[in-house]
Amino acid sequence: MQGNTPMSLEFSADAQKKIAALCERYPTKQPVVMAALHLAQKEHGHLSDDALRLVAATLGLPYAHVYGVATFYTMYRREPSGKTTIRMCTNISCMMRGGYEVLAAFESKLGVKKGGTTSDKKFTLIEEECIAACANAPCAVVGTKYFLDLTPGDVGKVIAELEGNPSPESEVV
Amino acid sequence: MPSDIGFKLVSARFGNLEAQTLAGYEKSGGYGTLRKALAMRPEDLINEVKASNLRGRGGAGFSTGTKWGFVPKDAKQVHLVCNADESEPGTCKDRELIYWDPHLLIEGMIISAHALKAVHNYIYIRGEMMREYAVLQKAVDEAYARGYLGKNILGTGLNVELTVHRGAGAYICGEETALLNSLEGLRGQPRLKPPFPAVKGLFGNPTIVNNVETLMNVPFIVDKGGAWFNDLGTGRSGGTRMLCVSGHVNKPGVFELPMGITFNQIINDVCGGVWKGRNVKAVIPGGVSMPPLDASELDVPCEFDALQTDERIKPVFVRPGQQFDLGGGRALRTMAGSGGVVVMDDSSDIPKYVWRIMKFFAHESCGQCTPCREGTGWLEKVSRRVADGKGKEGDLELLASISHGIAGNTICALGDAAAWPMLGFLTKFRPDFEAAIARNKDKAA
Repeated sequence: MQGNTPMSLEFSADAQKKIAALCERYPTKQPVVMAALHLAQKEHGHLSDDALRLVAATLGLPYAHVYGVATFYTMYRREPSGKTTIRMCTNISCMMRGGYEVLAAFESKLGVKKGGTTSDKKFTLIEEECIAACANAPCAVVGTKYFLDLTPGDVGKVIAELEGNPSPESEVV
Repeated sequence: MPSDIGFKLVSARFGNLEAQTLAGYEKSGGYGTLRKALAMRPEDLINEVKASNLRGRGGAGFSTGTKWGFVPKDAKQVHLVCNADESEPGTCKDRELIYWDPHLLIEGMIISAHALKAVHNYIYIRGEMMREYAVLQKAVDEAYARGYLGKNILGTGLNVELTVHRGAGAYICGEETALLNSLEGLRGQPRLKPPFPAVKGLFGNPTIVNNVETLMNVPFIVDKGGAWFNDLGTGRSGGTRMLCVSGHVNKPGVFELPMGITFNQIINDVCGGVWKGRNVKAVIPGGVSMPPLDASELDVPCEFDALQTDERIKPVFVRPGQQFDLGGGRALRTMAGSGGVVVMDDSSDIPKYVWRIMKFFAHESCGQCTPCREGTGWLEKVSRRVADGKGKEGDLELLASISHGIAGNTICALGDAAAWPMLGFLTKFRPDFEAAIARNKDKAA
């Protein structure tokens, strides 16, 4: 584990309960690292070094192992992000029906470039790879919501809906 | 008798939201096959699946019964893992299947777990599928509460555990050994094979990894018999097939279709033809990993064997005059892949589309093998400059040479998945690339 830095973060009682229950589902604790990282991200906003230490200590894993896993998968965030993450697909089926134009409309309406977070911390915009909704391209996934058959003209409406009803990814964790 | 357009097995509950719940699923006949299956001997179940000619719907089209037969007889512990990491661009059937009929997947897994004598079983679901994860976890909880999952299920003395494991964003985890590493809490990097997972897989135990659609077909095979299921297909592949049609058609969609349907029928009879009154230029037959078809090759059935061997499909070339050799002189034509059919009309900017496909593979290479890690990056850079009208003389030879250097030289098939479509598009649409390079006034190498 990285150093003897005192750990400043904790899991909530609910998260601890979930992690303990998941540990029963596998022969060792190592497989729970993915769920524990999702939970740490939910409770602490992003995966800071301290959040990784928390996961490592909770599961008895080396810090380096947790760091390796956290930096392999794109949904784990090492930096703070907005409350709602808009994942706009531009892969082949979406591109062929205007996905890049929709992405550009999101950038312009939100005033951020892809990968960026709005200054009010409400939205993060991600250029996503195929989200398996190709028959309704171009499409975006926002937490448990899908926005399908999008045109650049729909973007204002989508943002307004999410302003009123945020759909944070942490809802399902 | 082969099934007709409109005949449905795995998609029969699409549109029926009530079927997401256990009560709604049971009301429409769900879990009816489970008791019958649990009363059967595991070897009889495996024989029924072998007789059905069910072939894996994830991409490779391998015989499911044969795969199940690879598990060593003396295995102490076996695992069944469902690959629900659908992320092959152009493919969107498993996400719909899970959303509309989660209990059918669970019933298929319980039956399959009994056939394989597997106790601890897992569904690896893609991280981005947040809505489907919520639906699936709820269904699993319901199945536990009802006694379909857990210890001594339905009083049979059998234990069947099922855990939903969420991914966190990595295309490579759809590769079965990368998926197993991810399930074990590791970075999702593929393992060298052999040993194959059926011999040494999850936690070192024999493991069968099957696709969502594959497992959802199992209850029908047990209910109506392997021979009945086989008869629905082409004789070489049993059952129906979920196809996802996207791109330049009037009515894109996810359809359950006869196994032997041709691409022309899919485009014209199912999807209302090419949009804007245009003609087809190219079709990706089964996700972007597969070499494309041109407009003259669309009378071929969208079936596993036909796409590999039908001589109406031209072979892929490494360079003019040199056929790509799959080994032993076998020609690479294309494959049925994951069922993602992408239709490109005759106004398509092929070099630009190919760049986007290469960008995807460069992003998703896990970085383990040098030919793929470096090669996919170069494929993206060079294909981009060609698409942007900044291509140099010799760039097409360079793209082909990089592709040939990747193919067959990596631990997993992601390298091939980038190389094959690159070579396939270069073989069949070379004039498009040449025209893109000709746009560059400063094209001397």
